[in-house]
Amino acid sequence: MLALNETWYLVLAAMIFTIGSVGLLTRKNPLVMFMCVELMLNAVNLTFVTFSKALDDIAGQAIVFFVMVVAAAEVVVGLGIIVAIMRRRQGANADDISLMRG
Amino acid sequence: MIGTLLNSSAQSLASKVAEEATSVSDFPMIPALILTPLIGAIIIALIPRSRSDLYKQIAVITSVITSAFSIAMLVAFNTEDSGYQFVIDQPWISDLGISLHFGVDGISLFLVVLTGVIFPIALLGAKVDHDPKPYYGWLMVLMAASMGVFSSLDLVLFFAFFELVLVPMYFLIGLWGHSNRVYAATKFFLYTMLGSAFMLVGLVSLAVLNARAMGGPITFDLVEIAKNQAISVTAGRWIFCAFAVAFAVKVPLFPLHTWLPDAHTEAPTAGSVILAAVMLKLGTYGFIRFGLDLFPEASHWAAPVMMTLGVIGIIYGAICATMQKDLKRLVAYSSIAHLGFIVLGVFAFSVQGLEGSILIMVNHGISTGALFLLVGWIYERRHTRQIAELSGLQKVAPIFAGVFTLVMLSSIGVPGLNGFPGEFLVLLGSFASARWWGVVAVSGVILAALYLLWAYQRVFHGPVTEPNKGFRELRLTEGLVIAPLLFLIVFLGLYPKPMLDRIEPSVERLLAHVDAEVDGFELREVKFVAPLPGEVDAGHSEAGKTEAGHTEAGKTEAGHTEGKP
Amino acid sequence: MNLIWLIPCLPLFGFLVLLVAGRKLGDPGAGWWGTGVVAASFLVVVKVFFDLLALPEEERSLTQTLFTWIPSGSFKVSIGFLADPLSILMCLFITGIGALIHLYSIGYMKGDEKFSKFFLYLNLFLASMLLLVLGDNLLLTFLGWEGVGTCSYLLISFWHTDPANASAGKKAFVTNRIGDFGFMLGTFLVWITVGSINYADIGPAAPMIAGGTATAIALLFFLGAVGKSAQLPLSVWLPDAMAGPTPVSALIHAATMVTAGVYLITRLNPIMAQAGWANDVIAWTGAITALVAASIAIAQTDIKKVLAYSTVSQLGYMFLAVGTQTYVAGIFHMVTHAFFKALLFLGAGSVIMAMSHEQDMRKFGNLRKYLPVTFATFMIGWLAISGIPPLAGFWSKDEVLAGAFNAGPAGPVLWFIGLLVALMTAFYMTRVVIMTFFGSEKWRLTDDPHEAAESADLESEDVESSDLVTASVAAADHGDGHDDHHGLSPDHTPQEPHWTMTAPLVILAGLSIFAGAINLPFGSDFKRLEHWLEPTLAYEHELPPVPVLVLLACAAIAVASLGIFLAYLVYSKQKIAVEKIERPVLAHAWYIDETYAKVAGGPGEAGFQGLADFDGTVVDGAVNGVGAGVLGIGNKLRPIQSGLVRSYALGISIGGALLLAFIVTRMNL
Repeated sequence: MLALNETWYLVLAAMIFTIGSVGLLTRKNPLVMFMCVELMLNAVNLTFVTFSKALDDIAGQAIVFFVMVVAAAEVVVGLGIIVAIMRRRQGANADDISLMRG
Repeated sequence: MIGTLLNSSAQSLASKVAEEATSVSDFPMIPALILTPLIGAIIIALIPRSRSDLYKQIAVITSVITSAFSIAMLVAFNTEDSGYQFVIDQPWISDLGISLHFGVDGISLFLVVLTGVIFPIALLGAKVDHDPKPYYGWLMVLMAASMGVFSSLDLVLFFAFFELVLVPMYFLIGLWGHSNRVYAATKFFLYTMLGSAFMLVGLVSLAVLNARAMGGPITFDLVEIAKNQAISVTAGRWIFCAFAVAFAVKVPLFPLHTWLPDAHTEAPTAGSVILAAVMLKLGTYGFIRFGLDLFPEASHWAAPVMMTLGVIGIIYGAICATMQKDLKRLVAYSSIAHLGFIVLGVFAFSVQGLEGSILIMVNHGISTGALFLLVGWIYERRHTRQIAELSGLQKVAPIFAGVFTLVMLSSIGVPGLNGFPGEFLVLLGSFASARWWGVVAVSGVILAALYLLWAYQRVFHGPVTEPNKGFRELRLTEGLVIAPLLFLIVFLGLYPKPMLDRIEPSVERLLAHVDAEVDGFELREVKFVAPLPGEVDAGHSEAGKTEAGHTEAGKTEAGHTEGKP
Repeated sequence: MNLIWLIPCLPLFGFLVLLVAGRKLGDPGAGWWGTGVVAASFLVVVKVFFDLLALPEEERSLTQTLFTWIPSGSFKVSIGFLADPLSILMCLFITGIGALIHLYSIGYMKGDEKFSKFFLYLNLFLASMLLLVLGDNLLLTFLGWEGVGTCSYLLISFWHTDPANASAGKKAFVTNRIGDFGFMLGTFLVWITVGSINYADIGPAAPMIAGGTATAIALLFFLGAVGKSAQLPLSVWLPDAMAGPTPVSALIHAATMVTAGVYLITRLNPIMAQAGWANDVIAWTGAITALVAASIAIAQTDIKKVLAYSTVSQLGYMFLAVGTQTYVAGIFHMVTHAFFKALLFLGAGSVIMAMSHEQDMRKFGNLRKYLPVTFATFMIGWLAISGIPPLAGFWSKDEVLAGAFNAGPAGPVLWFIGLLVALMTAFYMTRVVIMTFFGSEKWRLTDDPHEAAESADLESEDVESSDLVTASVAAADHGDGHDDHHGLSPDHTPQEPHWTMTAPLVILAGLSIFAGAINLPFGSDFKRLEHWLEPTLAYEHELPPVPVLVLLACAAIAVASLGIFLAYLVYSKQKIAVEKIERPVLAHAWYIDETYAKVAGGPGEAGFQGLADFDGTVVDGAVNGVGAGVLGIGNKLRPIQSGLVRSYALGISIGGALLLAFIVTRMNL
C-alpha cells in the first residue's frame, strides 16, 4: 500500500481536478476561474501521463502535448477577452458578462 | 367535318414534328427549361444598378425563351407514348442512389407548359415599384424551380426543387407585398416547410425500406420504387400519410388551408398570379405522381378521407369566399374551392376523374391567374381591394368589365369556356365511382356562381360613386398581356380534345398500375351497348342488359365498382 | 348539303361580328345586322324543315357531327346536331320570333348608348338557345342551357347602374344554377345507367332502365326544368327579371328560354315513360304553380309583372301537359304561348315606350285612342290567352286540360285546377286590357310625375340591394331604368311607336289567330302537330273521346267568358270593390320572395358569415396558436440561457458527472 504506484498519482490528479472544478464553480473573479481551468487541465495531463506509464503506451504522453497547446491557446484568447472587459469596467466579475443571455 | 379537319391538320403537324422529334429529343429540353431562367437570374444579378431598366427586359426575354422551349416540348410530345419523355438520367450522388432523373409524361406536360406560359404574362402584367433587381431575380429562380418540380423523377431531386420554390416566394411576398406581408410570408414559409419536413422523413424511409426489401443498393428513383412496390402495406400507409401532410398543406386542403388567403392577399400581383397558377398545383401534382404512383394501395385506402376533405374544401371555400370583403381574398378562397374539385377528382380513381382534375389544374391556372391579374390592375388604379369601396366600374370601363366577365364565367364553370370540361369530368368521374361525394360536390357549382356574381354585382354594377369615376379603362398593353389567357379560356373550353389526347395514355397507365397493385380495386369503365331490336320491349327483363346498366336490384347501383367505398 | 350547322352558327357569327365591330355599326346598323343573321337562320330552318318533310315519317331525323368535344376514356361527347321534328319545330319559332323581336328592338332600344351591345347579347342568346334544342346529346343541350342562362344574366342586368337590375340578373343566374344541380346529376345518372348521353342512344335504351333509376333521373331533370322554367319553388327569379328591357322579357321569358325546361322533359320522354310517379310530381307542380302564379297576377300593378306571372302560370300548364304525358298538348301550348305571350310583351313594351317608360297600369287608361295598332294586336293577344275560340290559345289550352282530365284518378282534380287557372287568366288579362286601354286617362289626373308615392304601399320594406339576396320585389316597380325619371306629365300624349315595333306586333297577332290550325281536334287529318311529333315520342297519352272533349271545351269557354265578365264588372263598371280581389297577400306574391330573403338574409347569411368567421378565428387561430405555442415554449426555456458563465459551468459539471456515472455503471469494464 505504501509503495509509490500509479494510485498515488491518480488520487493526486483527482484531488487537483476537484479543487479546480470547485473553484471554477464557486469563484466569480474571471482570472481565478481561469486558474482553476488550468488546474483541471493539468490534473488531466497528470492522469494521462500516469496511465501512459502504467499501460506502457506512448499515446498518452502525446495527448498531453496536444492538451498543453490547446490550453495555451485558450489562455491567450481568454485572457485577451477578460483583460478587454476588465479595462472597461473595474471590478467586473463573471456574473456581469451576461449579454449572451437568451 | 370540322373535327376531322382539325384532327388531320394536328396529326400531320405532329407527325412532321415527330420526325424531327428524334433530333429534338436529343436536345436536353428539361435542363434547358430549368437552366435558362437560372442564367437569366445570374445575368440580372450581375448587371449593375445603373442599368436598372434592363432587369425587366432580361427577365421577360428569358421567360419568353423558356416559354418557347416549353411549347416546343408540347409540340414534340408523342401522343401515343404513355411513359416518360424527354428523359434525362444522370447519376448525381451515386453513393446514396440520388440521380438527376428528369422526364415529363402526359400528366406533367401541361403543368410545365402552363408554367412556361404564365410566367411571362405575370412578369409583363405587374408593375414593381421598388428594388427591381432582386424582384426579377427571384422570379427567374422561381421559374427554374417550378420547372424542376414538375419534371423531377427522383425523390430527393423533387424535394430539393419543392423546397427551392418556397424561398423566392417568401421574398416576393415579404418584400413587395402589401400591408401585412411579413406575417403572410412567414406563415406561408413555415407552414409549408413544416409539411415538407414530414415528406422528408417519408421519402428517406421509403428509399431505405425499398432498398431493404429489394436487397439492392439504396435508390431514390421514383420510377424504380413505383415499379417495385416492395414495401409493406402498413409502411406504405404511414409513408403516404407523411407525403400527404406535405401535399395537403400545399394544395391547400381543408383544414390546412389558412396560409393561402393571407399569402394571396398580401402578395404582389405577379406573386399572386404565379402562386395560384403554378404553386398550388405542386400539391395536387404531388398527390398524383407520388400518391397514386408510389402508394396505390395507401391512396386507395385513404381515398374516402381525401375525397371528403376535397368536398369540404369545395363547399367551405365557396361559403367563406361569399362573405369576404376583400376582393383578392375572395379569389383566394375560390382557389381553395377549385382545388377541392381537383383533389376529389384525383382520389375518385376513375379515368374521367383523373383527367378532369388535370384539366382543372391547367384551366384553374389560366382563369385564376387572369383573375388575379385583373384584381391587381384594379388595385393599381384604385389602391383598394375592398369590395365596399368599388362600385359601378362597368359603366366607366366596359371593356375591362367585359374581360372580367369572361374570366369570371370561366371560373364559375360555364360550358363553352375552359372551366367546364375539367369540372364536369371530375364530377362525372366521382359520381361514377363514389356516388355521394359527387352529389355533394355538384352543389359547389351553385355556390361558385353565387359568390362570384355577387362580388361582380357589387364591384362592377350599380351606380358609379365618386372615387370610382376616374377608373381607367383597360390599356392596350394590358389587353395584349391578358389576351393569350383569354384566347385559351375560349379555345380550351370548346376544343379540349388535344389536351385530353395527350393526358389520356399516362392516366390510363397510372390507373392500370393502381388496378394491378391494389387488390380491392378494379377499374370499371362505363360502356354503352346498343340494345338489340328484339329486346326493346323486354322492359325489366334480364336480356339485353347494357353492360353498365343493371335493371333489377339496386336501382342506382348501376356501374358501381365493387370494393369501393 | 347539310346546313344544320348554319342554324346556330349564323347568330354566333353575328355575335362575333358585333363583338368586334358593334360600336362601328352603331344605331341602327348593329340592329339590322343582328336581325339579319337571325332571319337568315330562320330561312335555313325552313329549308331543313322542308327537307325533313320530304323524308318518310320513320326516318325524319338529320344529324351532323362537327367535332369531338370532350373525349375521356369511354365518355365521348361530340358537338353534333340532331334535326328531328321536335327540334326543328322549336327552331322554327325560336328563330322566327327571335327575328321579330330583334326587329322590334331596333325601335325599342333606339337612342340607348349600349345599343350594339344589346344585339350582341341577343345574338349570343339565340345561338345558345339553338344549340340547346339542336344538340344531339345531353351535354350540348347543357351547353346551350347554360348559355341562355348566362345571356339572360347579361340581358336582365343590362341597365346595370341601377343596383336592383344587377341584383335581378344575379338572382336569375343563381336560381337557374340550383336547377342545374339537378341537370348535371341527371346527366351523370343517365351516363352510368345507359352508357351514353346521346339522345339517339337513350331512346332505344330507355325501356331497360329500372323504374327507380328512371324516376330519379326524371326528378333530377325536372329540378333543372323547374329552375329554368321558373316553376315553384324556383319561380322567384322570373318576375324580378322584368328589370331587363322589354324585348328581353319577350324573347327570353315568354318565347324561348323558359320553354327550355318543357323541351328537355319532352326530349327525354322515353325515360319519362319509365318514370312512374315522377310524372305525377311534374303534373302537380305545374298545376299548383299555374294556380298560385295566376292568383298573384291578379293583384299586380306593373304591367310587365302581370305578364311575368302569367308566363309562370302558362308554363305551369305546359308542365301539366308534360306531366300527364300529353306531350303534343304541351308543345302545342308552348308554340301558341310563344306567339301570344311575345305579342303581349311587345305590346306592353309599346305601351311603356309611349308612356315614357311608365309601367304602372294605374297611370294608364284609354290608350286605345292613341295607340290603335298596339291596341288591336293586344286585344288579339288577350283573346288568345284567355282561351276564346277560334284563336290559337283556345285549342292548345283545351288540349292540355283534356289531357289532364283523363289522366288517372287525380285527373279531374288537375283539370279543375286548370279550369280555375283559365278563369283567373281571363280575369287578370281583361283587367290589364281595361286598365290600359279603356277608362279614363289616369295620368292626366296627377301632377306628380314620380310614382314613388303610389308605389310605396306596394313596396316591401326597403331591402338593401347589396344584400346577399335582394328582395327586389321593389325592383320592377322602378320601371325600366332606361331613364331615371319618368317624364310622364299630365299633358303627355302617347304616340304609336316606330314601324319596326308595330310590324312584329301585327305578324304575331296573325300567328296568334291562326296558329291553332296546326293541331285541331277534328279528326286525324287536322292533327298535324301530333303526326309531326310522333316519331320523337315513345308514348303519348290518349285524349278523351270527342263528346267529352266538346263538353270540356264548353266548360272552358264558359269559364273564360265568366272571367272576362267578372273583370268587366270590377274594373269597368266598378260593381265589385277592387280591394276584395286585389288582396295584399296576392300583391306580395304570397310573400314567397320575402320569405326567401328573410331566410337567406337572416339565418343563411349569418350561417355563411359564421363559417367565414370560424375559418378566420378557429382554423386560422389553431395555426397561429401553434406559432404562439412554440414561442411560449421558447420563452419558458429561455431562463436556462442566463448568460451567466458560472451556471453554464455548473451545467457542464453536472452533465459530465452523470455521463461518467452512466459509463461506469452501464458498461462492463
